[in-house]
Amino acid sequence: MSKKKLVIGVIGADVHAVGNKILYHAFTEAGFETINLGVMVSQEEFIDAAIESDADAILISSLYGQGELDCRGMREKCDEAGLKDIILFVGGNIVIGKQSFEDVEKRFIDMGFDRVFPPGTSPETAIEALNAMFSAGEGE
Amino acid sequence: MNPVLLIDFGSTYTKLTAVDIDRESILGTSQAYSTVQTDINDGLQEGLKLLEEQTGPTVYNETYACSSAAGGLRMITSGLVPDLTSKAAKMASLGAGAKMLNVYSFELTEEDIEEIRNADPDIILLVGGTDGGNQECIIHNSKMLAALPKKYPIIIAGNRTAAKQCAEHLEGFETFVSENVMPALGTLNVKPAQDRIRDLFLRRIVQAKGLSRTAELLTGIIMPTPAAVLQAMELLARGCEGEEGIGELIAVDVGGATTDVYSIAAGLPANDATFYKGLPEPYAKRTVEGDIGMRYSIHGIVEAAGDMRICQLSGLPSERIEELADRLSKNPDIVSNGDEELEALDYALASMAIETAVARHAGTIEETYTIMGKTYIQEGKDLRDVSRVILTGGSLIHTKRTAEIASHALYSVSNPMSLRPVAADIRIDRNYIVAAMGLLSTHYPEIALRIMKKELENNGREK
Repeated sequence: MSKKKLVIGVIGADVHAVGNKILYHAFTEAGFETINLGVMVSQEEFIDAAIESDADAILISSLYGQGELDCRGMREKCDEAGLKDIILFVGGNIVIGKQSFEDVEKRFIDMGFDRVFPPGTSPETAIEALNAMFSAGEGE
Repeated sequence: MNPVLLIDFGSTYTKLTAVDIDRESILGTSQAYSTVQTDINDGLQEGLKLLEEQTGPTVYNETYACSSAAGGLRMITSGLVPDLTSKAAKMASLGAGAKMLNVYSFELTEEDIEEIRNADPDIILLVGGTDGGNQECIIHNSKMLAALPKKYPIIIAGNRTAAKQCAEHLEGFETFVSENVMPALGTLNVKPAQDRIRDLFLRRIVQAKGLSRTAELLTGIIMPTPAAVLQAMELLARGCEGEEGIGELIAVDVGGATTDVYSIAAGLPANDATFYKGLPEPYAKRTVEGDIGMRYSIHGIVEAAGDMRICQLSGLPSERIEELADRLSKNPDIVSNGDEELEALDYALASMAIETAVARHAGTIEETYTIMGKTYIQEGKDLRDVSRVILTGGSLIHTKRTAEIASHALYSVSNPMSLRPVAADIRIDRNYIVAAMGLLSTHYPEIALRIMKKELENNGREK
């Protein structure tokens, strides 16, 4: 079986580069073909990269609190671009202020994300979630 | 003496340059009116006669030629995502000296196929998908192209996994499988496809364009003229063994129908606060503005620059500009030749052609605020530190105030987002030898470079 392909990056006007590099190494190490778009990535760039590389999942990071605004409409755009049922993950400091993670998670799930990860999530958690989804046949 | 003849078959003129290899000097240059409709040989014989008046009877030991006759190398590309593989295919084709008839993205439709049939290209470049990436699109497009009645040469340079299948669908066509123009996301690999294009140009196109009749005269290489110019500019910038180059540069060729811009520069972000977006661009990059030209495309300049700026620069009223533009676009062989009004207009047109074409070629920068404070997003090449601009092309031979015209290639406070050179030394290729030196450089890089440096030093004038 060929390697599963991931497109990763930090969305919006967000320049947090360190976590992004750690994720790239962790995902590559875990056996995924990882396409890293780096920081300050727009929705369109995620989508273009996923089309051209025929990716199985898009993993969006956001650490500066504007994640909700930046991610709005992402699922709809994926659908429009023919990336139907592509796996969408989001994680990091995706909102500002003291909000319960359950509320935040629900809002992002409603926006069409498959999994939402709170601050401080280890890469292993995301890797396990990916493997679980792939073995369940999602993202095909 | 070891004389070598260099020929540039153009769409309206055949330009000749005679060089003495031993003395590293130009013996003479000439140009003669020619069209493929008549016979490309007539223009050549006429040019040789004119050349002989300067050089005396000469037997040439070697003869090389480039050509943009009969519309040049006319290409169509088909890719997947507009900003990714489609753009890569376009950059590859332009860098190989092609004229783009159309650039298609995503899946081709029946209407597209009809358009391609009518456009009747010389070569089709089919790409799409990174290696291991999307296959559906390129396979679909190969099936669509298979319906074309004329069996064009098709270069397949997309997802390598799909290449064989594409070639099978295109049975009956002359297909060439080449390395992917974008093997991984954001990685440009244009050279293998370009080598294929040039190879095809040499083998097939030259015959089709009626150049084969003169082929027995030629010792070797034939390439598209823009490819020769790009080769010359790259040599001039980088240098070669035994002779240093002059460093990063921009060259602009303002023609009657199109304006070509070449940059030989890395153009990477200037500092840590600048983030690069989009596909990386080739170190030696060529762009063509099909709507910007001094005669056939005169209305395109006026439209792009705006009526007001042409009025301002020429000092002519708007109505008069319109009249003249109509006349010149219908009679492209009119030269200003002392006519003050036409000189003023040509000055404005050429200035705006250069400004528009270089602004489109150069990258842009955008200011944005992040938690790190002020940061910049750069797209395309940052050419602000490039300190040399070369002006070439037949249509500026007759203009006055050429250096002033060329200064419109530079950075302007009125358009601070456009990353054009801040200050540059401007050189003019008066005798139009750059393409010839590109040809010569294939076998004599050192000599071609030294002749170019000498010639541009004096802006093509006698000392």
